[in-house]
Amino acid sequence: MRTTLSPEALDATDRLLINRLQDGLSMEHAPFARVAREAGLTEPEVVDRITHLREIGAITRFGPFLDAEAMGGAFCLCAMAVPPERFDEVMTLVNARPEVAHNYERLHRLNMWFVLACEKPDQIAEAAVRIEGETGLQVLRFPKLKEFFIGFRVEA
Amino acid sequence: MTLDATDRRILKATASGLPLTPHPFEEVARWLFLPEGEVIARMQAMQDDGIIRRVAVAPNHYALGLATNGMSVWDVADVQAEALGAQVGALPFVSHCYLRPRALPDWPYNLFAMLHGRSRGEVEAKRAEVAALLGAACRSNEILYSTRILKKTGMRLAGEG
Repeated sequence: MRTTLSPEALDATDRLLINRLQDGLSMEHAPFARVAREAGLTEPEVVDRITHLREIGAITRFGPFLDAEAMGGAFCLCAMAVPPERFDEVMTLVNARPEVAHNYERLHRLNMWFVLACEKPDQIAEAAVRIEGETGLQVLRFPKLKEFFIGFRVEA
Repeated sequence: MTLDATDRRILKATASGLPLTPHPFEEVARWLFLPEGEVIARMQAMQDDGIIRRVAVAPNHYALGLATNGMSVWDVADVQAEALGAQVGALPFVSHCYLRPRALPDWPYNLFAMLHGRSRGEVEAKRAEVAALLGAACRSNEILYSTRILKKTGMRLAGEG
């Protein structure tokens, strides 16, 4: 959904809940009861508000977020400098590879940015080399060395 | 940690989300004919092991008015990169922040931070805030705006049988 909600659609409590619930719920029988105590709400109020936030599209999902690398997968951000006159041709070749999960055009000399997703780490290099062979262009690889995650915050 | 068939059933059952009820794990347990305690214990073990990062909500950046984002990239002195990366990652308008290898001579940047804002002007103001935070430890930076999504596929769960 690319529609923006009006600023009045959310009140301060909604914003507090969106921020708090990005940090994660504890795994227990009544996980919203803890959030309710922290927010000075009742448990049904918390559940109702989250349900409403999902209905209006302020949140897209409530559930477990998985670390695909911890599950044994391998991922790598890659970039290519594609000559503009070859962009569509190269895009077709890159997108045809099943290892390419996401691909974005960006405003830069390195204008094609994609994520390789493989089952095993050594398949990343194989996939990158294969794309280099098919396109004749260098694939720069930017594997994640360290991740800093906090999530973003809506202004309360 | 090796996931067994029951762990995979739990992940598959919750892949599209948990029910929004006061007792979501009890509901998942009912779906799978498992005791609630076992669902909680297994999910907690998967979280302790890092397979589940967290049970949380995903905000919709567009709906919340943050329709513009840019991938900002920074050349930060290696000795300070971890400490400064953590500070950048903690900024409220940064959703993802990573250290990655440079690709010299083409690409001197080692810190990547996705910046979100209501407009390109607001994103540029936030880029200036990051620059101020990094100070002299950062030699140069750029920001790359996306112009088109060329491909987007969902994450598939391997080995679900």
